[in-house]
This record gives sequence, structure tokens and C-alpha cells, in this order.
Amino acid sequence: MTSNGAHYQVAEAHSFGIEPITCHAWNKNKTEIAFSLNGNDVILCKNHNGHWSTTATLSAHDLRVTSIDWAPDTNRIVTCGADRNAYVWTFVNGAWTKALVLLRINRAATCVRWSPKENKFAVGCGAKLVAVCYFDEENDWWLSKHIKKPIRSTVTTIDWHPNNYALAVGASDFTTRVFSAYIKEVDEKPQPSAWGEKSTFASLMAEYSRSGGWVHSVRFSPSGDKLAWVSHDSSISVVDSRRDVQHPVILRTTFLPFMDCIWLSEAFILAAGHDCCPILYSVEATGKLSFVSKIDQAQKRESGAFSALKKFKDLDLRAATENVDVFIETTHQNTITQLSRSSTDKNDTHVCSTGMDGQMVLWDVRIK
Amino acid sequence: MSATLRPYLNAVRATLTAALCVQNFDSQVVERHNKPEVEVRSSKELLLNPVVISRNEKERVLIEGSVNSVRVSIAIKQADEIEKLLCHKFMRFMAMRAENFSIMRRKPIEGYDISFLITNFNTEQMYKHKLVDFVISFMEEIDKEISDMKLTLNARARICAEEFLKKASLIKQDKINQRIPVKISTSLLQF
Repeated sequence: MTSNGAHYQVAEAHSFGIEPITCHAWNKNKTEIAFSLNGNDVILCKNHNGHWSTTATLSAHDLRVTSIDWAPDTNRIVTCGADRNAYVWTFVNGAWTKALVLLRINRAATCVRWSPKENKFAVGCGAKLVAVCYFDEENDWWLSKHIKKPIRSTVTTIDWHPNNYALAVGASDFTTRVFSAYIKEVDEKPQPSAWGEKSTFASLMAEYSRSGGWVHSVRFSPSGDKLAWVSHDSSISVVDSRRDVQHPVILRTTFLPFMDCIWLSEAFILAAGHDCCPILYSVEATGKLSFVSKIDQAQKRESGAFSALKKFKDLDLRAATENVDVFIETTHQNTITQLSRSSTDKNDTHVCSTGMDGQMVLWDVRIK
Repeated sequence: MSATLRPYLNAVRATLTAALCVQNFDSQVVERHNKPEVEVRSSKELLLNPVVISRNEKERVLIEGSVNSVRVSIAIKQADEIEKLLCHKFMRFMAMRAENFSIMRRKPIEGYDISFLITNFNTEQMYKHKLVDFVISFMEEIDKEISDMKLTLNARARICAEEFLKKASLIKQDKINQRIPVKISTSLLQF
């Protein structure tokens, strides 16, 4: 199907049941997906000729799993949950073994991300802090250091800069911040970047508090020069560190708030959320943000043709005397909560979206 | 449908659709808890500004949003004593069966007749647009329901009064046949 500016098709829509998919992560060659169905377990699935089959179930958390990340090169999975714990899973002799992380937090963990070099990861949590975790060889366990100030509410989203030490943090205090997460035990001395020169752990490099809502997702662009975030006032913001690191470009949209965004290239952002439809935005070199197109054309489910069977079914199930139209016109039937790249090729823009309707949709997006 | 009802319901629909953008959110105050923030009100930054949409003095809707829950309170038009009584009885009937309605709050907010509490767990299980439809159709139906009940009540009261007066034979049979409008105090309606 086409619309101005972008060409797309739904490559695959798969339903894993009616429970919401809380979070998901892909392995390195995008053949296996790890996800959680609003429960305490993480399910690993592989695609065999269009049929998804479970390969493993990771059970360790005793409350809802909130976030998963899969390190591509070291093939390790990190999960965190509302039970205040995080586990690192390693694939040894055909089975996944877990290691508990000493997070030292007393509220639910909300989001987790491996650093690009995969030697550490960051965990955001409801205790208004970010725990940056690294492996302590001496004691053979995962330790954490905390970034506390000046976060004033639950950390909802985090993202690493490609340089392995700058960390973007979005929180429900309406603010996006960039911190240094340099840990001298595991990192070599970082080079100063456009985001700032201070490199001591937990130093604040940038702060953007003009957005008017809870920040739902922060993402660095592939080069790390730009930072995009979406917040609850339906706005999408981009700051370009090469051009003007102080002032973000904010675009207030007419859609319902976005829950996640990803960069398709340095010039295009895909955002999705409560409108159940991914929407493409372009970022020009001048910094101008503009709407390109919706990546899901309205399509009526079931034809309008009169069906006697359907009429009686409706009458029986819903006591409906009129024609009941339950489905909405998008592929996803409920909020999209996460977007990810589902292709190994950097230039290939296959995107995967999961949502509260328990569906995983693979999109083939081509920008003209 | 009267001319003012449509824009009123449209405004409620648009506000509800925007307010229902909720997500699962664990408490940042109490360990291992997950409570509707609009009820516990523990963190100011997690609450949205409450919105009141009113059609006239008597009919209004209060929509309070938060990060993981929305509270919708409705004030229903009550023109006279009988409508007030009927409305109270009807809402009490429903509130006692609140768990069967799943989104209903057991006790309405002060100043309102009925409150709904919609959390992220409801939006995960049900279609969001259908939840909005439910609240809207509830508002449409409730006025009709109450005026229907009022008519039935008046008819019944008339029969009761007739029978009562027949038995008491306070007035002659022919007067009853003339069907003089009988003004009945509410104390007579306690049947």
C-alpha cells in the first residue's frame, strides 16, 4: 500500500494471545524473539516457516516482567521486573542460566538496556534512580552504581549513546536528561563528545524539561548526534548536539500520545502509541521536524455485506440488535507499546511492533 | 436527541479518549504495590488536571486522569423530588453490584451521582473505544431510564391512590371515575 512519502506493507501479523505483550527483544540475527505476556515469565520464540514455536521459558521473576534486552554479540539476555530484580541470562550448554544482579533498589524496575559494548547495562526504576550495572570479576557477580540526582520521579525509559558512556534518561517528571555512565572499573577513558566533556560517573550533561508530559521513550540516532523523545503531551522532540545542544525542536501533534519511537535513519523517526498506528516523521538538516505519513492505512475489517450469521452471533453474544463493529481500522487493536528493528541490515527498514492487543506485527517500510 | 446533548456528548467522548491513554505503572511510593494513582494521589506529577464538562448547572461530568487510571464522575439531571429519589435508588442498586460492572466505583465522588474508575487493567482487557462507547451510551440512556421510571411510578401511584381511596371510601365512586388528578405526597409512595 502506498501513501505520500512512504511505501509499506504488513509483512506479518502474529497474535500471541489476548494478553498484552509488555516488552520484547530480538536476538542478533533476528530469528528469535523474547517477550513477556504481561506475566512473570519471559518466552523465547523462533519462527519455523511462518509458524512461531516456543524454544524456552525463562522463569525467575515473581512479579510482572517490565523490560527485556538481548545483547547481540555476547548473546546474553537481561530482564527486569516489578519485583525489583534484574537477571542476566546466559546460554550455556543448550540451556539458559540466570544470574541475579545486585540492583540495591526498593521499587519496581521499569526499563533495562545493554550498553553498545555489552560490558554494562542500565536499569531505570520507580525509586527515581538509574542503576548502572557491570560485572565484578573478583566476586563473580553483577554490581550496580546509582545515578540519583536530579531525577524526581519514576524513570520510564533509557537509551545508550553509541560511545558506550552517555546515557539518555526519560522520567515521569516531564524531563529528559543525558548522564555520563562512565564506570572506571570496566571502561577506558572516554573521548569528549558533542554531548559534553564531563565524564565522571553520574554527571549531568544535558537536561530538557520543557516537554509537558511524562516522557515515554528516548532514543539516540544511529550516529548518536541526535536525541529524540516522545512524551505524553503527544509531542515528539529532537535535539541535535552538533547544531544546538541547548534547544530541542518540539513538534506537537494532533494524535494521541506516542509510547515508543525509533530512528529508521538519521533523517526519519517512526513513532507509535495510543493511536495504534506507527507514524513516520522526518528530521531535516535544519532541524525541522515534520509529519510524513501514517504507516497503516485505514482498512475495514470484514466487508460491510449483510451476513445473517453475523447478525445472530451479535444478537447472541452481545445482545446487539444493530450491526456491531468492534474492530478498529488499524492492524493493531490496542496501544502499541514497543517498536524495534527486525532486520540485521542497517539499511533495511523492517520494523517490529508489539502492543497491548497481544499482537506482533512486522512492517516492511520503504521511504521514497 | 436535543440540540445541546450531541455537542456535550462529543466533548465527553473526545476528553475520555484522550484521558484513557493509560499504562501499567508500579507505585513509586510503596514497594511492590500497583495502585490507581487517581485514587491514592501519592505523587502530584502523576496526576493530570481534572476536567469538568457541563451541559447545564445540574448535568456535568468530571474526568480526572492519571498515569494508570481515569475516574469519570457523572451528575445526572434531577428536576424534582421524585427524580432525586429515583436517581438515588437506582445508583444505589448499581453501586451494590459494582464488581459486576467492573469499571464502576462503589462510592460516587462528592457532588456527583455515579463514578467510574477505569484502570490500565481494564483497557488491557477491553477495547478502549468500546469503553468510551459504554460511558457515552450510559449517559444517553440514564436520562431516558429515569424519566421512564418516573412515568411508571406516577401510574402506579395513581392506581395505589385509587385503591386506597376506594377502600377508605373517603370520596364517592363517581368522583373517582372522573379521574381528578390526585396530588400525592411522597410518603404515600413507600411501597
